Amino acid sequence: MNARWRDRAGALALLAALMALWWLAAHGQWLNRAFLPTPEATLQGLVDGLYQGTLGASTAATVGRMLLGWLLASLLGVALGALIGSCEPARVWLQPMLEFVRPLPASALLPLAIALFGLSAGMVLSVVAFGAMWPVLLATLHGLAQVHPRLREVAAALQLSRSAFLFKLGLPNALPDILAGMRLSMTVSLIVSVVGEMIASQSGLGQSILLAARSFQASELYAGVLLLGAVGFASNALLAQAEARLLRWQRV
Amino acid sequence: MFDRVRGAVVPLLLMAALELATRTLAPGSDAVAPPSAALRAGWAAALDGSLWQATLFTLGSAGTGLALGAALGMALGTVLGLSRRAAAVGSLTVELLRPVPSVALIPLALLVFGFGPSMEVAVVAFATLWPMLVLTQAAVRQVEPQLLELSAALQLTAWQRAWLIVLPAMLPRLFVALRLGVAVALVVAVTVEIAANPQGMGYAMMIAQQSLDPALMLAWLGWIGVVGYGLNAAALWLQQAVARRLGAAS
Repeated sequence: MNARWRDRAGALALLAALMALWWLAAHGQWLNRAFLPTPEATLQGLVDGLYQGTLGASTAATVGRMLLGWLLASLLGVALGALIGSCEPARVWLQPMLEFVRPLPASALLPLAIALFGLSAGMVLSVVAFGAMWPVLLATLHGLAQVHPRLREVAAALQLSRSAFLFKLGLPNALPDILAGMRLSMTVSLIVSVVGEMIASQSGLGQSILLAARSFQASELYAGVLLLGAVGFASNALLAQAEARLLRWQRV
Repeated sequence: MFDRVRGAVVPLLLMAALELATRTLAPGSDAVAPPSAALRAGWAAALDGSLWQATLFTLGSAGTGLALGAALGMALGTVLGLSRRAAAVGSLTVELLRPVPSVALIPLALLVFGFGPSMEVAVVAFATLWPMLVLTQAAVRQVEPQLLELSAALQLTAWQRAWLIVLPAMLPRLFVALRLGVAVALVVAVTVEIAANPQGMGYAMMIAQQSLDPALMLAWLGWIGVVGYGLNAAALWLQQAVARRLGAAS
């Protein structure tokens, strides 16, 4: 107990020391003010941006885009993964192509999407959903391929139909993989949302921080980066919680 | 061998369908081009050298950024892995900084470094630092406790313990981390070029789209895919070779 409190105090002390270093660096002008605003100025920029400026609306826009893209990606990924994974010939013929597309950066599809759909919110959303789909799709395929052979024998003995096997045995067994894939997919959708906002001028935090940097508004830029960090932190923490709760049955 | 042929059938069919569709439905389109035109455009870019120049720029920036991020991540990860106290003290800061999306730093890097390789290297280094740190920390934790007891019995200094005992023991796992780092570095480098930095493969693709040259744009998209696939395959081969040589990482 004592050691735990000491560790917590140490963790807070390290954070405080880093903040102090930031304060010193900013006030001592170690770096140009244009790059490194003081912590107070950043906080002021955050408060002003949230209450008077557009930072609140931008955050809402980015979070909405990220969540919608992630939901679409998860649905598509699990559905396609289940379709391909429960049909052995489809898996054999398609998997090499899927493995080839996987390392392709999702943002590399933005120019193609701009050419096809123009600079619109739907264009960004489609790239977000497409890019974030791969982790879920491949995780579903992997999870379904890892179903224990005994379970397949049981399913055969019970004469389960293909869909009954998928919903009663396949997908529940693949759930840990799918949830891990969905967590990765959330990270991808935040990143692609931000990049999409930057290059397609869609309102959101990506556009806000790019405009702030172009007009040398360092405190606004830092405030936007802080908010993006908070969005990343919150979404990751929430998913980790949900994952722990959904997988409780596994640890019996 | 048969597996490889079978894997190529569907992509080839899709390419043929795309070829047919673009030729009949959208001839002279500003948005899409037949794959054969993309191949020709890519071949022309390879002959005039622009293909290699942009590829080298992207790979150079990604490699330098990865080297920086990996060095820092492995050093910090080793410290956090060896000492429970350091891990407890550092975890809060790491958990707060790690989820910051790397692309959020693009405008900041642009402000500090301006256009050029430095900003790209900085963003790649930040993006690769965290996975390398976390995976290194986990790799250190999984070193046989008996080896650590041995180093205590031999009264090795902390430096000797890290260099002579821990590093060789976790080497196979480090290469697993490095494989992930390679994938992240390439994705982030191309993303930085698409979003801001006017150099490299990502920018070449962006400018091809803006100058309404869909054949060249598709050529770049395909080339980025080939480079990504090749790099990932090479990193996987390296990881497996190290694992075979030094014992499996599992």
